[in-house]
Amino acid sequence: MELVLSLGIGIMTGSGVWLLLRPRTYQVIIGLSLLSYAVNLFIFGVGGLKVNAPAILREGAEISTFADPVPQALVLTAIVISFATTALFLVVLLASRGLTGTDHVDGREQSK
Amino acid sequence: MPEEYLLLLVALPFIGSIVAAMLLSTASRILPAWLAGSFAFAATLVTALFYPQVTDGHVVRFEIEWLPEFGLNFTLRMDGFAWLFSMLVTGIGTLVVVYARYYMSPDDPIPRFFSFLLAFMGAMLGIVLSGNIILLSIFWELTSIFSFLLIGYWYQNANARDGARMALTVTGVGGFCLLVGLLVLGHIVGSYDLDAVLAAGETVRAHPLYLTALILILIGALTKSAQFPFHFWLPNAMAAPTPVSAYLHSATMVKAGVFLLARLWPTLSGTFEWFWLVGAAGISTMLLGAYFAIFQRDLKGLLAYSTISHLGLITTLLSLGSPLAAVAAIFHMINHATFKASLFMAAGIIDHETGTRDMQKLSGLYRFLPYTATLAMVACAAMAGVPLLNGFLSKEMFFAEAVETHADSILDRALPYIATMAGAFSVAYSLRFIHTVFFGPPPTDIPNLHPHEPPRWMRFPVEFLVLACLIVGIIPSLSIGPFLSTAVLSVLGPDTPPYSLALWHGFTLPLLMSVIAMIGGTILYVVLHNYLAHCEDGPPIFRHLRGQRIFERILVTMSWKWARWLEANLGTRRLQPQLRIVVALSFLAAFVPLYLSGFNPRLPPLAEVDPAFAMIWIIGMLSALGAAFLAKYHRLAALVLIGGAGIVTCITFVWLSAPDLAITQLLVEIVTTVLLLLGLRWLPKRVGKVDDSATLTARLRRLRDFSLAAACGIGMSILAYAVMTLPVPNTIANYFLERAYSEGGGRNVVNVILVDFRGFDTMGEIAVLGIVALTVFALLRRFRPAPESIGVPEQQQVQNAFDDAQPERSAGDTIRDYLLVPSVVMQWMFPVVITFAIYLFIRGHDLPGGGFAAGITMAIAFLLQYLAGGTRWAEDRLRILPLRWIGLGLLVAAATGIGSWFFGYPFLTSHSQYVELPLIGKVPMASALLFDLGVFGLVVGATVLILIALAHQSIRSYRVRTEQKAEEA
Repeated sequence: MELVLSLGIGIMTGSGVWLLLRPRTYQVIIGLSLLSYAVNLFIFGVGGLKVNAPAILREGAEISTFADPVPQALVLTAIVISFATTALFLVVLLASRGLTGTDHVDGREQSK
Repeated sequence: MPEEYLLLLVALPFIGSIVAAMLLSTASRILPAWLAGSFAFAATLVTALFYPQVTDGHVVRFEIEWLPEFGLNFTLRMDGFAWLFSMLVTGIGTLVVVYARYYMSPDDPIPRFFSFLLAFMGAMLGIVLSGNIILLSIFWELTSIFSFLLIGYWYQNANARDGARMALTVTGVGGFCLLVGLLVLGHIVGSYDLDAVLAAGETVRAHPLYLTALILILIGALTKSAQFPFHFWLPNAMAAPTPVSAYLHSATMVKAGVFLLARLWPTLSGTFEWFWLVGAAGISTMLLGAYFAIFQRDLKGLLAYSTISHLGLITTLLSLGSPLAAVAAIFHMINHATFKASLFMAAGIIDHETGTRDMQKLSGLYRFLPYTATLAMVACAAMAGVPLLNGFLSKEMFFAEAVETHADSILDRALPYIATMAGAFSVAYSLRFIHTVFFGPPPTDIPNLHPHEPPRWMRFPVEFLVLACLIVGIIPSLSIGPFLSTAVLSVLGPDTPPYSLALWHGFTLPLLMSVIAMIGGTILYVVLHNYLAHCEDGPPIFRHLRGQRIFERILVTMSWKWARWLEANLGTRRLQPQLRIVVALSFLAAFVPLYLSGFNPRLPPLAEVDPAFAMIWIIGMLSALGAAFLAKYHRLAALVLIGGAGIVTCITFVWLSAPDLAITQLLVEIVTTVLLLLGLRWLPKRVGKVDDSATLTARLRRLRDFSLAAACGIGMSILAYAVMTLPVPNTIANYFLERAYSEGGGRNVVNVILVDFRGFDTMGEIAVLGIVALTVFALLRRFRPAPESIGVPEQQQVQNAFDDAQPERSAGDTIRDYLLVPSVVMQWMFPVVITFAIYLFIRGHDLPGGGFAAGITMAIAFLLQYLAGGTRWAEDRLRILPLRWIGLGLLVAAATGIGSWFFGYPFLTSHSQYVELPLIGKVPMASALLFDLGVFGLVVGATVLILIALAHQSIRSYRVRTEQKAEEA
């Protein structure tokens, strides 16, 4: 479980970083999305992985059996905020494309 | 007087300043002056009434705890010395207000002037009365800022702006050094309290950090008091209105430096370093200032350099380290303030009446202004140190101290000669002031050829101060004597030496020096007289060596040349290198500490892998890699693939006991996909490949980026594995799990954390969400899409062409046809989705759900209507008003938080109980639910606003297209 998830996080991070360093704005926005999945999963994983133990309190259940709710609360707002930043970046991207006539991140094609 | 009145004393000028600022719109010239005058006079009275409490070395203290854990308290402390200075600050302040009432022209914004002046007075009082050295440094900065505002009062004048900026830069840098120096001093002493600092002289002087603290504090004091080599800002500050010069550049601001030197004299003085540093600055300033003053053409310039010289004299006295010299220094501070303030005011009257301050043009004014001329002459004589005036007394004391040997060295042995020479110079420039301005033929080349005496009350402050010079000069021990001894006693304590303020001490060496200075100065003036009438501005030899120019060159070099060099060599405007640096540094920031601490991840056992989970993640990984590969040319495919990665993330959350995250992730995935699809409409296709794969640099660049990405990926994998397999330590999780139900009233701990325990964080986060939505909205209002994308999309063109070709079809039929079934389903889903949103919302506190998820679901319900029928169709039937959703959401959330104040609890404290609703049953009704309602509203509003703003671009571009066609036709 941990092995698979950590490999997944690694692949997502790598893909995200790769896209982040690309010259096209759309690549960067996709890269940021991938990176935010990876980071959210990582933060989530910090609390330890538990199956069938959501942090919904039941009568008579041991506290130690529940999954850690703190990273979950952190990640929940992070998901919503990452939607907001994606939206903001998308609009800037579109405006930049309209203004500069190119989708290069610097607003102009790199001179050779 | 109770000690609370100290606070009142410091607060009075600031209150007056605020009240004066409120009069900004008034046209009255008199009201602001009366107001400022009464506040200043009230402060003077309060100060005067404190006198009985500070005699005989008594101290009044008032303390409010501010940041006690850092040793920083709001401590006010008045002893004899502080009392004397407070009297100077408030008393001369009152006189300056009276003077300014007549001096300022009706065209000037007078309330602004008095507001700044009072604020400055408050800051100055703060310095004088601070009982905590950090507090003192804060007031010190305030005086720098208000003096900047006052010097730059006539900001339409370039000289005023430059002078103000220079004064601020020099004193601001000094103030910064002072703060650091005082921190070091406080560190040595172990307390920032002034009393503790004053008591710890021995410790401080023996400490290895003594020299560091001394140099830093001296930079602060010497810049403020315009001592060489920082003197150049003062003459440039003469661009200020004359009342400002009279106040700041004679009695207060420049005195702050010497005040501090005298204040810390018991702690810092008496060492060899002190004598050399302070003495060298003081002696050179005294001599150079006096020399420069002789050759000024501008009356105020002469006074400015004379001020520099006199401050140098005070500094020199303080450097000597002998108690008698300290007495002389304190005495001269008072004397200088009286005669210099009156001289500045007299110069202001001359300027006001004749329209010029150029001494080569002014002459023979005695016949026009006999009264003012007499006053100015008496004040000048005090400045020159003529007997029967106060300046004579302190100068005699200075000469007596100069003769004494203190720290035997060249500087000490040369001092009597230098002192006599500086005395002669000051006689010369005082004579020049009197002779050129008031005597000789009537002036011919001045703007107003018929000057007359100023109004009665404009002269009053000058009269008052000159009278003080005379009284102190003739009967010193009866007039100033007791106050001076009170002040001296509070600085020197038991070391106070016996001194005599008598006018006549017999035929002594100091008297001989005075006589030599008088005669020498007169001869010097007679010799130079003709030269001065025609010479260029500025002293010979030094005329071209101007501190101002050096200062400006340093500024240009630092803030322009170096900055440009740094930017050109270390900066880049390109995003990719910047991001590369950020990524590389983040990688190193994680890698280096782990490597150094010997981090060694164990190889994982393979047996535990769950095949289904692994299968899911193989899809996830392939999606991520595919998206990375395709994002450049196949945007839609990349979008689909990150959707896949998102779904895998979502499943992972379900699998690993995070249902709330799964719900939110799924819903956000939906809106993000729609958002990016809407965006793709305006992002023109990339036509043709940019073929740069062949070049070597491109390959190297990719290799480098790939290695970086791979390193980050592998690093994250190892790190994530290590973190997840480590035994979880005892975290704060238990705290929340134990209290979620008993204190938060909810069983869904994640939700309770969000809306209750960490409600304030959530409040901040929804505020960010609202701001982002508004920003997106604002950016799109003036959106200019790429020209290639303005036209109708390709698919739509094909469909429309097909529809146009069939006689029985109209444009848009095709799309309607093949969306018929989905659109009916979507329309019918509207109430269902809304019900689902409400369901998610209500159960959120106990079961997975909550405001975030419900909000996005609600937004999706609206979104479906747009998708089903198009923007126009949806908006004909629905008025959503997302801005109000945002506003109301935020208000509800904030109001819930504020509501707890009314019950005496901190912000956002929640209360909970269960309520029996008909049909639904028992529902948790925590006040946190109300907060969650705010979250819900805001999330709905923000999401809908972002999506609709983007969707509306289609309608706008339709309009643009029709306009274009109309123009072409």
